[in-house]
Amino acid sequence: MTCGEAFLAYALRSIGIGERLLPRSEFSLCQEAVLIGSGILWNLYFGLLALFFGFFIANAVAVAKTSKHPWLRKPADAFILVFRGSPLFIQFFLAYFTFLAVKQQGYLPWLTAAQWGALLVLILNTSAYAAQIFHGALMTVPKGDIEAASAYGITGWPLFRRILWPTTMRLAWPSYTNEAIFLFQATTLVFFSGFPAQGQQGDMLYYANYFADKTFNPFVPYPIVAVYFVILTLGIIGIFGLVNKWLNRHIPQDLRRRVRYRPQLIR
Amino acid sequence: MFSFCSEPDTLDSLRWFACYLTTGVEFNLYLSLGTVLALLAITAPAALVFGFLGAMASRSHFLPLSLLGKIYTAMVRGVPDIVYFLFFVIALDQGLEWTKHQIVCPDWTEPIRQGANFIVCPQAKIPLSTSPQWVHEVYNFFLAVFTFAIVFGAFAANVLSGAMAAVPRGQIETAEAYGMTHRQAFWRILVPQMWLYALPGLSNLWMILIKATPLLFLLGVEDIVYWARELGGTKAAKFSAYPHPDWRIWYFLGLLVFYLLFTKVSEYVLTRINRRLARGQSISGNMA
Repeated sequence: MTCGEAFLAYALRSIGIGERLLPRSEFSLCQEAVLIGSGILWNLYFGLLALFFGFFIANAVAVAKTSKHPWLRKPADAFILVFRGSPLFIQFFLAYFTFLAVKQQGYLPWLTAAQWGALLVLILNTSAYAAQIFHGALMTVPKGDIEAASAYGITGWPLFRRILWPTTMRLAWPSYTNEAIFLFQATTLVFFSGFPAQGQQGDMLYYANYFADKTFNPFVPYPIVAVYFVILTLGIIGIFGLVNKWLNRHIPQDLRRRVRYRPQLIR
Repeated sequence: MFSFCSEPDTLDSLRWFACYLTTGVEFNLYLSLGTVLALLAITAPAALVFGFLGAMASRSHFLPLSLLGKIYTAMVRGVPDIVYFLFFVIALDQGLEWTKHQIVCPDWTEPIRQGANFIVCPQAKIPLSTSPQWVHEVYNFFLAVFTFAIVFGAFAANVLSGAMAAVPRGQIETAEAYGMTHRQAFWRILVPQMWLYALPGLSNLWMILIKATPLLFLLGVEDIVYWARELGGTKAAKFSAYPHPDWRIWYFLGLLVFYLLFTKVSEYVLTRINRRLARGQSISGNMA
C-alpha cells in the first residue's frame, strides 16, 4: 500500500469513512501516521466541545462559589471538590457504569456511547477545574477597580459584566491556557476507560495502542502520537496566546502576564 | 471469616454483607489498595531523585548534559503522560530483555525483531518463563513503578528547576564572594534554600501522583480498577456463594470516595507543612 492509498483508506477512518478493516499485516509508517492522525478528530471533538460548554458552566460555578447564600455556594464547592479531588479515570468508569445501569432501566440509551457520555464527563470535569481557576481570579480582582466602579455608580450586574468579569478573564487566562492543554491531554483517556470504541473508531492513542499491540513495537506509534500532540499543544498555545493578547490589549507590553507552563492542573 | 458465614443463603442482609465483604476474593481489592500505597511510597522519592538529577543536568555547563536535562524537563509539557506510560512499560521491558540477550546469548544469530515479534533467546526472558506467577507480577509492578518514576521525575524536574531559579541571585553571588566554588555554592547555598520554593509545586505533584495511580490498570498491573471491575461484575448463583447483580457502580463509587478522602487528607497535611515551613520566611506560604 502506497502512502497515497493509505491516506485515502484511513485519513477519515476514525469517523467511519474509508477502509473498514484496520491494517493487519505489513504495517507501513504511512499507514501508522495516517491512521493515528485520523484519530485526532476525536481528540479535537472532545477537547473543543468540552472547552466550549465547560467555559460557561465554569463561570456560573465560579460565581456561585462566591455567593453568600449557602444553597448556592455549597453545591458549587461540592462540585469542584468531587471533580478535582478524584481521578478522571475513575470518573469515567463510574459514569460509564452508571449510564449502563440507566440504559438497562430503559432511559437515555445513547449516554453509554463515548461521544455523549464521555463528553459529558469531560465537560463537567473541565468545568470544575476551570471554575477553581476563575474563582481564584475573581477573588484577586484589585479592590481599587471595584471602588472606582462604585464611585462611578456602577453596581450589581453592570459591575460584574463590565469590571469584574473582564478582569477575571485577564487574570485567569494564563492558567486557563494550561487547563485547556491538559483537557486535550485528558481526552486520550476516553477509550481506555470503559467507553467502547464502536467500529474501531477511536482517538489517536487508541490507534497507537492498536499498532503497538499488533507490531509489539512501541517505538513507532507512540512517538507519532507525541509529535501530533506537540503540534496540537502549540496550536492551543498560539490561539490562547492571541486571546490573551486581545484581553490585555490596553495594558503596556511589559506589564502583561505571560502564559507559562504550570503542571498543577493535570488530572 | 465469621463463624455464621457457612450458610450465606440464610443470612439477613447485614450479616450477608459482613460475610460478603470478607471473602477471599474481596481481599484482593483491599490488598490492591496496598499496591497503590506501595506505588506512591516508592515512586514519590524515586521521582524526586529523577527530578533533581534532571534539574541539575539542565543547569549544567556541559552542553550535551544540559540538553539532555532540558529535553527531559520539557518532555511532559506537550504530550499526555499516558502516552509515556504506555510507551515506557513496553520499551523498558524490551530494552531489558535486549540487553540481557546480548549478554547471555552472544552467539544467537536470528534477528530479534521478526515482523511483529520480539524474540530473544529463552534464557534472556525477563522473568524466565519457568519462574512462578508472583515473579511475573512483581516484575510488572516494578516496571510500572519505574515508568511512573520517569514520568513524574520529569514533572518534578520542572518544579525543581523553577525552584532553583527562584532562589535570589544575591545568595549565590554572596557565596561566590566568599570564595565558594560553583559546586560548593550549589550544595551549600542553593539546594538548602530551594525546597521552600519547591514545596508548593511538589505538593501539587503529590496530588497529581495520587490521581494518576489508577492508570496502573493500563500498565497491566492488577490494581484497584482491575479488581473493582472483576468483583463488581454480575455474579450468578451457579458460580458464587454470594450472587449479586452488576455492582460495578458501587465499587467505583467506593473508589471515588477513597480518592476523595485521600486527596482531602493530603491537602490538609500539605497545607500545614507549607504553613509551618513558611513561618519566618519572607515569602508567602500560600504560593500554590
